Amino acid sequence: MWWSNLFAGMSPSNFFNFSFLPKYASFFIQGVEYTLLLSVVSVAISVIPALILALMRLSKSGIVRTISGAYISLFRSTPLMVQLYIIYYGLFSLIRIPSYTILGFIDITRFIPGVVALALNSSAYVSEIFRAGILAVDQGQMEAARSLGLSKWQGMKFVVLPQAIKNILPALANELVTMVKESSICSVLGMSELIWGAKTVASTTYKTLAPYVLAAIVYFAINYPASKVIEAIERRMRRGDRR
Amino acid sequence: MATEGNPIIDVKKLTKTYCGGRIRALTDCSLTIRKGEVVVIVGPSGSGKSTFLRSLNLLETPTSGQIIFEGTDISDKKTDINLHRQRMGMVFQHFNLFPHMTVMDNLILAPVKVRHEDPEKAKERARELLSKVGLSDRESAYPIQLSGGQKQRIAIVRALCMNPDVMLFDEPTSALDPEMVGEVLEVMRDLAKSGMTMVVVTHEMGFAKEVGSRVIFMDGGKILEDKPPKEFFENPENERLKLFLSKVL
Repeated sequence: MWWSNLFAGMSPSNFFNFSFLPKYASFFIQGVEYTLLLSVVSVAISVIPALILALMRLSKSGIVRTISGAYISLFRSTPLMVQLYIIYYGLFSLIRIPSYTILGFIDITRFIPGVVALALNSSAYVSEIFRAGILAVDQGQMEAARSLGLSKWQGMKFVVLPQAIKNILPALANELVTMVKESSICSVLGMSELIWGAKTVASTTYKTLAPYVLAAIVYFAINYPASKVIEAIERRMRRGDRR
Repeated sequence: MATEGNPIIDVKKLTKTYCGGRIRALTDCSLTIRKGEVVVIVGPSGSGKSTFLRSLNLLETPTSGQIIFEGTDISDKKTDINLHRQRMGMVFQHFNLFPHMTVMDNLILAPVKVRHEDPEKAKERARELLSKVGLSDRESAYPIQLSGGQKQRIAIVRALCMNPDVMLFDEPTSALDPEMVGEVLEVMRDLAKSGMTMVVVTHEMGFAKEVGSRVIFMDGGKILEDKPPKEFFENPENERLKLFLSKVL
């Protein structure tokens, strides 16, 4: 029958034909390491600009609010891939990064532009997480702090932010999960993360499906348990509130 | 001793509007509060009494008018309000204790961070005040472990730890279960006896009558009556005050 050929490529033997593994396992192992390093460093770096953006967004001054709002809209309304290209070919054509390799396979002339692009993008999202977390703290808390003579910044630092952290941390962890997936876009610039590894194995071995299936399994194996753990922690924190 | 002291807060023609003038919360409110006085503000809800009180330490920014505190115009934008707020204690309806800190940390936060006092000295003073309100044994508790009455007594002590010259109370007993109102009023009564200048927004007419040196009636964003408690309750002149008293007494 004509249609039997239609699904021929999707037989289980193609899906799970991992015979390339013994020879090419290093692509996946290094790929995972690259992916994790890329996403953890990016989200970690994004925290500081995100906090500044969030505080700017809550500022009394309209100009300050607008600047922060414009940044957030810009980065949320354009594709990450475009941002990556513009930062890599635009910003980093002006900045020379010395050639250096970490862990033996991470070339920083590509890694750093990748981190910068992901972190700039992530700060837009993380700042909204911060803003929501800060706004969720009862206004009376800041009023009490101010009426004791604390400055606005002291009130933030000692009273509001420590309470906001509880709202922020789970959402921040979720952003990390998102970033583990989104960082795959960096493969287009030849950063040797997980998808780049799968792509390379696919084109070398002519097995066009199984390497990507394996990559999907690896992503899932990282992100699924991670989001379950986050959920559990969130539930426990909420119970703490009710006590 | 009621009207003999020096003025500590002088409010001149205070007006507050919201939404670009469409909503008027306060209209031309003037009031002089002298050292040692207990000024009790009563009135129906929405009369502007809380807005008035919150304007005294600039939690609400006046639209026009002046607030002179100990000789300084604190409604002037050039004044460093943080400096003056240290000398004005404030107690809120919903306590607003910091839930992530122990009672002791709540008490010494401002003395240590704002006034840069030695933490040990601040703690010593906090313990002294805690014993006065009968809560010495709760210093390492978290606010969530306290009853409403205990929370409010701690909130009063927290304000007192800054050694304020005046204490502002914004409906301090309105969020309490009835059986806990007494313990908070008792602390306030003791405070008044010790000579503290107090401005109290409340619905507790008994407290106004017994402790107040002057009682103020507000309605529609205006101060309509300002008299010693005896006259205030026995010979009310204003029609709206008469109506109000007939409902609450």
